[in-house]
Amino acid sequence: MALQSLDILRRSATTTPSTQVRAPIEVAKLIDVSTCIGCKACQVACSEWNDIREEVGECVGVYDNPTDLSAKAWTVMRFAEVEEHGRLEWLIRKDGCMHCADPGCLKACPSPGAIIQYKNGIVDFHEENCIGCGYCVTGCPFNVPRISKDDGKAYKCSLCSDRVAVGQEPACVKTCPTGAIQFGSKEDMKDYAATRVEDLKRRGFENAGLYDPQGVGGTHVMYVLHHADKPELYSGLPSNPSISPLVSLWKGMAKPLATLALAGVALGSLFHYVMKGPNEVSKEVEDEIEDEDKRERADKEATK
Amino acid sequence: MIRDPKDLKRYNASERANHWVVGMSFILLALSGLAFFHPAFFPLTQLFGGPVWTRILHPWVGVLMALAFLIIFVRFFRLNLMTRMDVEWLKKAKNMVDGNDHDMPEQGKYNGGQKALFWTLGVGMLLMTVSGLLMWRSMFHVDTQIVRVAVVVHAATAAVMIGLIFVHVYAAIWVKGTIRAMWYGTVTRAWAKQHHRGWYRQMTGK
Repeated sequence: MALQSLDILRRSATTTPSTQVRAPIEVAKLIDVSTCIGCKACQVACSEWNDIREEVGECVGVYDNPTDLSAKAWTVMRFAEVEEHGRLEWLIRKDGCMHCADPGCLKACPSPGAIIQYKNGIVDFHEENCIGCGYCVTGCPFNVPRISKDDGKAYKCSLCSDRVAVGQEPACVKTCPTGAIQFGSKEDMKDYAATRVEDLKRRGFENAGLYDPQGVGGTHVMYVLHHADKPELYSGLPSNPSISPLVSLWKGMAKPLATLALAGVALGSLFHYVMKGPNEVSKEVEDEIEDEDKRERADKEATK
Repeated sequence: MIRDPKDLKRYNASERANHWVVGMSFILLALSGLAFFHPAFFPLTQLFGGPVWTRILHPWVGVLMALAFLIIFVRFFRLNLMTRMDVEWLKKAKNMVDGNDHDMPEQGKYNGGQKALFWTLGVGMLLMTVSGLLMWRSMFHVDTQIVRVAVVVHAATAAVMIGLIFVHVYAAIWVKGTIRAMWYGTVTRAWAKQHHRGWYRQMTGK
């Protein structure tokens, strides 16, 4: 929200380019799953900074609470118990918006300026322009946006765009007690991730790696995973996310072409009328009917 | 208005009202739907009290149209069953469009083109209604993958239907003496004899 118009890279439902004069560096949040202890301080910090409070809810038998993202819970910890190499592993992932370089939500959104992508990589929802159609939900390959039941508008993590705009890190980063969440330029985060991956490999996690999926052009929230070959282990993190081809078909060239075709039909009709003329009832048929009527009248007169 | 007492009654008042409920809701749906179809049409939301109101109202008008269309469909589907004559007519439709309708096969109340339009719109309405309900997020919660299919079906079918309605409206303007059938229900005998001779003979016994 607090970023300015010169920082806008793309806006939803806008066919002309946004301002291109400024080129700030891309930022990224790096979540190192291997050093996360699942304390949920990030959830609390998110709730406090953004001033949103999800219902406390009930214990469902696992640590997940809230159990899902919502209009009032923009990040949630997901706890997965999996067996890898004969050992039980407790994989904890902080879920939320990934801030894709190619955001499916923005592509799907029909309302101009309801979804904004900043040049630093943050994808933000501007609720004052949101119409509540839910198209962003169909566009997102990570199942992140949530429509509020109270106001019908879409919500998700803003990567604390207001804090980032004034040179601060997101609230979750600020509060993380183990340093599992880092924030900086995307390049720096990749470099830092490389050291973490190297460390994990030395400790026997030979498939450790960085999650920065290229199917969506890379993301501005990245994970260091011990099992980067199997991201699904982490409560269903998609291994190769991309915008659904249905959404690309729906939002691609098909609509401008269909619009042209409709204009063609309308103009074709006009020119057909002008060039071929109207289809009138022929004088011949009209005369036939008139003659019949005359004959009938004459017969009636005759029988009188 | 009865200009000539010998004019032929083509539609009664209830059928006409039914048609116009469908027609008006179609126009409202097309304008509000196009607003979300492509950014170029987004300003159309101003006709409906703004973008959020457009999103709220569109599906309710859809429900109205679906119900009104269902009634019209039940009323007219028997009259729109295709016959061999209709296929012959469709094969010669190009001549008619060229302005030469002298040797068109004799037609009943509806010609092959009207019948083809009737069934295509019927299938279109079914697709629009089902896909529209699936993407009506404030009413139903449907799996995202299904909604992804529904939005594509909804947009593609809508484009086809708007095109067909252009043709429907133009045909009524092009064939003189037709629109009055939907305004006040009657057509002249000459009109019927020229365009729907089978129906003319059935109505007049000639």
